[in-house]
Amino acid sequence: MATIISTRRLVAALTAAGLGLTAACTAGGDKTDDGPKADEKQTIQVWHGWNAPHEVKAFQDAVAGFNKEHPNITVKLVGGQTDDRITNAIRGGNPPDVVSSFTTDSVGQWCQSGAWQNLSPYITKSKLDLNQFPAAVRKYTEYKGVRCAMPLLADAYGLYYNKKLMKGEQPPKTMSELTALAKKLTVRDPDGTIKVAGFMPSAQYYEHQVQHLAPQFGVKWLTDDGKANFAGDPQFQAYLKWNKELIDWYGYKNVKKFLRSLGQEFESSNPFQKGKVAMAIDGEWRTKFIQQEASSLDYGTAPAPVSDDRASSYGGGFVTGTVIGVPRGAKHAQAGWEFVQYLTTNTEALVTFANALGNVPSTIPSLSSTKLTLPPQFRTFLDVFKNPASSTTPPTPNGNDYVVRFQKFVQEEWEPGKVGDPGAALKKLDGDVDGALKLAGG
Amino acid sequence: MAPGSLRVPFTGTRTGTAAARARRRRRLRVLAFLSPWLVGFALFFAYPLAATVYFSFTRYNLFTLEYIGLDNYKYLLHDGEAWTSMRNTLWLIVVLVPLKVLFGLGTAQLMTKVKRGGGLLRSVLYVPYLIPPVSATVAFVFLMNPGTGPFHTITDRLGIPLPDFFNDAPWAKPGLTLLALWAVGDVMIIMLAALLNVPQSLYEAAAIDGAGAWSRFRHITLPTISPVLAFSAVTGVIETLQYFTQPMVAGKVASGRADLPGTQYSPGYPDGSTLTLPQWLYDQGFRQFNMGYACVLALVMFAIAMVFTLFLLRQFRAFAGEEAS
Repeated sequence: MATIISTRRLVAALTAAGLGLTAACTAGGDKTDDGPKADEKQTIQVWHGWNAPHEVKAFQDAVAGFNKEHPNITVKLVGGQTDDRITNAIRGGNPPDVVSSFTTDSVGQWCQSGAWQNLSPYITKSKLDLNQFPAAVRKYTEYKGVRCAMPLLADAYGLYYNKKLMKGEQPPKTMSELTALAKKLTVRDPDGTIKVAGFMPSAQYYEHQVQHLAPQFGVKWLTDDGKANFAGDPQFQAYLKWNKELIDWYGYKNVKKFLRSLGQEFESSNPFQKGKVAMAIDGEWRTKFIQQEASSLDYGTAPAPVSDDRASSYGGGFVTGTVIGVPRGAKHAQAGWEFVQYLTTNTEALVTFANALGNVPSTIPSLSSTKLTLPPQFRTFLDVFKNPASSTTPPTPNGNDYVVRFQKFVQEEWEPGKVGDPGAALKKLDGDVDGALKLAGG
Repeated sequence: MAPGSLRVPFTGTRTGTAAARARRRRRLRVLAFLSPWLVGFALFFAYPLAATVYFSFTRYNLFTLEYIGLDNYKYLLHDGEAWTSMRNTLWLIVVLVPLKVLFGLGTAQLMTKVKRGGGLLRSVLYVPYLIPPVSATVAFVFLMNPGTGPFHTITDRLGIPLPDFFNDAPWAKPGLTLLALWAVGDVMIIMLAALLNVPQSLYEAAAIDGAGAWSRFRHITLPTISPVLAFSAVTGVIETLQYFTQPMVAGKVASGRADLPGTQYSPGYPDGSTLTLPQWLYDQGFRQFNMGYACVLALVMFAIAMVFTLFLLRQFRAFAGEEAS
């Protein structure tokens, strides 16, 4: 009996300890007046993902500017950090004071769970005007009204075209113009296989993924209450129809053969750089790669074409970018916020960074800086970035799983022609996405 | 009386108490000697297992925890990717593991017959196993690339059609199997040691009795090395259940995609054919932040490992017993 009682006591004690541990792990708060004041002498630790020497140097240059404004704050930079490490540091209760991530995938989770502090109180206190960021950018840095991240540089997508292969044609503005031109510019071998593709519509081609092309049809990814919208929004079917028609014109077998013949996206053998495709959708960073790897290529850039019924929204494109914030448990949160504010809104810092990395500076005032030293083709991406028709994929607590599922659907079922009834298939997809969102508490 | 057992004569209550004390002391001594193992077992096995079971009933996103009963288990029934990953993992267990054991045994058998250059051949066959899996997989996929890889360039010129490993869904798992067979060095070395340990006198006696090569192999070699075969098969199953790096890297390299902001990647390229259970577990736990559901997948893996291990051990024990009788 004594043994039973002591075992029970032991179990109770372990349970209590476990619950205590759980509570300790999950507890936490964020107050703007926690920790040392921003004007006190202190050292803050900043975790970022950049690793290459020129990237690290660009960050250090930006920090030098911050130090002029805040000589009392010493900034210690730690590069090469990933989302997993950031998450573990926050869970461990000993995070740095500022964290940044290359992707927006985790924003939903970080905002929902409070792992990254809600920055709204800091923003209010600093009287920061968020309208200096385009609407799409504001969207990918918050989740359900909780702003836990700020944008630090951005990526914008547009159309690249090879002037020689275009044979004097102007870049298309609508999807039907794109289709017609793609057919006109395609060169085939005698057996029908593709030698030069006018435009490769497949979502399996590098940056032609669904999240970069479907927005040109004006799709609305999620309903207002955060549910899947694939069956509800006819624009998804418009995108699918356009995709399949052009793929069928090439022949799916030929498309697959062509895709298999290509190398890696970020090699000098990139098919656009090698003249294997006349037009391609890509991010602004390609200008930098072309400068380094194919400097003799005569190319132009333009906004990505839009569906014919949305001709007035031509000029916009897909936008995303790096995010930065203050984690829960940061010991110098106020100084951390000062650093975040400086880095994300100071034009000189953003321009220094953008010039070094070949990314889009993320505030509207910095887009017109005369100090931007990027190639002329880059102008398109600055314009796309600030265009009100530009859009992004809204964050969810399960790493934007809805985009992954749609991509899989297009790649594995739609393009090979396995779907008989697209309406029913999209309805099923909605169910799958909603199930996964529910599982994640979305 | 069994040797080593304590003999306690009946001498009244005082002696009974002394004996009980001695027994307690002896138990404590045993516990003290066992304690390092017990601590390790509790910390690295019992606690994680209990925590996994506990988290499987929660919605746990690494930061917040909410009890949701059987919801994670119910979701498993409708999770298409989970079933795809289980099918792929089972395929690898059923095809890759036996092939790896057979290939390892075959190369080891060959090694015992080689008279000259055995050391060099052993090294050549063992070296691929030493190459880090990421590098080996990247190199293998590049070599097999139908557009730029040398394998296809050579076979195309010779007019021999080669399947498109890693880009064609039906050929992706056979491609991974080839990769595993290429790095069979570990199994080969264990098998070689086992084969060299089979007493020569048994072969000589069997030869005198007129047993042929197959008979000698079936009735002498196999029963003698069956514990090693069982070990290779069981560890092979467990390794295959943890098969992550090679399919993940192969899928990523073959897809030609890079990790970029705004670019979501789902493991399993092409068409989910290389999606294994640990990859899906990782994706759920660390990309979709469903740690509770990832725990359910971990328990499924644990169950599969247990079933296969028990089955294999039973089969090998039965085989060894049959041969001994």
